[in-house]
Amino acid sequence: MTDTTNGAPRTTPIQSATFSDPINAEIRRAAATGIYDIRGGGAKRKLPHFDDLLFLGASISRYPLEGYREKCDTSVTLGTRFAKNPIKLDTPITIAGMSFGALSGAAKEALGRGATLAGTSTTTGDGGMTSEERGHSNKLVYQYLPSRYGMNPDDLRRADAIEIVVGQGAKPGGGGMLLGQKISDRVAEMRNLPKGIDQRSACRHPDWTGPDDLEIKILELREITGWKVPIYIKVGGARPYFDTTLAVKAGADVVVLDGMQGGTAATQDVFIEHVGQPILACIREAVRALQDLGMHREVQLVVSGGIRTGADVAKAMALGADAVAIGTAALIALGDNDPKWEAEYNALGTTAGAYDDWHEGRDPAGITTQDPELMQRFDPIEGGRRLNNYLRVMTLEAQTIARACGKSHLHNLEPEDLCAVTMEAAAMAKIPLAGTDWYPGKPNTSF
Amino acid sequence: MQTLDMADIELREMNATLHAQAENTNQTAWEIKNPRGAHAIACGLDAPIEVTVKGSTGYYCGGMNKQATINIKGSAGPGVAENMMSGTVVIEGDASQYAGATGHGGLLVIKGNASSRCGISMKGIDIVVHGNIGHMSAFMAQSGNLVVCGDAGEALGDSLYEARLFVRGSVKSLGTDCVEKEMRPEHLEILADLLERSGADAKPEEFKRYGSARELYTFKIDNAY
Repeated sequence: MTDTTNGAPRTTPIQSATFSDPINAEIRRAAATGIYDIRGGGAKRKLPHFDDLLFLGASISRYPLEGYREKCDTSVTLGTRFAKNPIKLDTPITIAGMSFGALSGAAKEALGRGATLAGTSTTTGDGGMTSEERGHSNKLVYQYLPSRYGMNPDDLRRADAIEIVVGQGAKPGGGGMLLGQKISDRVAEMRNLPKGIDQRSACRHPDWTGPDDLEIKILELREITGWKVPIYIKVGGARPYFDTTLAVKAGADVVVLDGMQGGTAATQDVFIEHVGQPILACIREAVRALQDLGMHREVQLVVSGGIRTGADVAKAMALGADAVAIGTAALIALGDNDPKWEAEYNALGTTAGAYDDWHEGRDPAGITTQDPELMQRFDPIEGGRRLNNYLRVMTLEAQTIARACGKSHLHNLEPEDLCAVTMEAAAMAKIPLAGTDWYPGKPNTSF
Repeated sequence: MQTLDMADIELREMNATLHAQAENTNQTAWEIKNPRGAHAIACGLDAPIEVTVKGSTGYYCGGMNKQATINIKGSAGPGVAENMMSGTVVIEGDASQYAGATGHGGLLVIKGNASSRCGISMKGIDIVVHGNIGHMSAFMAQSGNLVVCGDAGEALGDSLYEARLFVRGSVKSLGTDCVEKEMRPEHLEILADLLERSGADAKPEEFKRYGSARELYTFKIDNAY
């Protein structure tokens, strides 16, 4: 390419696709600071996702249900395999684990309020159970994490379910991180740590190392809680077929599977963007594992990582999930990254929608902070109302789609209701490319 | 003395019976016969009772214990007294790996040796080992005291927070950020108390103290901009 600026022909500047502006900026930042980039959230890169699937709907060969009048059930029961008291939810959209520490106490309260109003469950996180959260959550899942911060038998028995966290989608193979700015007196006390340190959680559990040990660990937790509550196992989207198989063999009631779009409070950007698989590639493999074991629907599958709309919910369930979990979307519903704080986001060097330095504790929305003044900006009652509204909208959207496909329950959605609009999505979700009956890798076919 | 014979009853019935003992129970002395290495024996107890296990146990004996005193007349499998909150667990024999892992309180006494990762991620528990401990013990230990009357294996106290480690014998190697520290009078006092309560035949002056250099507490940033 040439230009004739100043009279003489010359080559115009060409930006390298390899050394792009963002890459070069990161090189300069690393060179200046000597530390890797730490941020919150999930993978930001473009990935094959639920948007690449479509529902076929009903026509002559399928009979639709009347949109507003005919029943389309959304209830789900989790933990039917061994627990005396399975969890019964009105909607299959649950709230994923997020820690007190990463979030303020009021934000955790709001998640509990919203989930309870919508008839679903919420989940603790890597910081123990707070009284606000327990008090405002009708169904509370207590996470059992490698760090064991705040872990105690009283809270274990107050929980409605226990979720053993092996990994999460944003960082399968990595532990949590909470930097010193957010280790307030209360957070430090709950975690039994010095105030103000940069806290890095363990990536492995301290007292079991493999699936055989995990089976015994589950036995211990069931004995302590009298076999009353369901035990979930949460894994990141690493090797979903094998991880699901091992989780079931270890005795899980529920498998929670989190893709790489799933958020974290803080970890290395390189981890978030380069480790793990997108959720679309994980669901069918997990379902295949359950089916091979004869456990599909007996051990429930909860999927997370980029669930945003009722359409996403319906697609996840059509692929074989029993329920979904939301984290990032729930925070946005509460008010995270709201453009009304744009001037303050700009002052932090970012913009609404892109703010992900939650670990710094300066969240203008007052949600991902322990700063007393910023926390004052967030009203847990209003936050709970907004979350409930959002959950209800998503549930209605999923129902709308299910009825259009002729289904009287969201669980009746099936892969045959879907087509894919990209080759990648077709291959990952094992759903035929639109207009064909074929997907890459389909048995007994060739490209 | 109440006796629960695991030759006759299942684990569930045994634990449920112990769990049913309330704060003010009159039945304070219990004996568990024929444990035969079963897992999760006497876990989740929450009453001031004394339980004597007549034999060796599998994984997680005394896990998450509160208030109870548990005597194991044999050796203990992995994760004995894991996440203990209070009370006492005494093992006459040896303990496998992860003994006292993540414990928040109470006293764990191991009269034999302890394997690797003893006191991993401990959060306030006191552990006294009359013999030796294995590698990676007190990894990421947050608080509490680990007393070793014998020798310690490799990488003692790696990534340590504020737990205090006392070793009488040799230390094969220290883990990252773990250093020898001055033994001050208050530490000798803590040691004397723990040695006495655990029936260990050792003098506080014979021990060295190890703790965190606190070099890993914050990220080292050249220029934060």
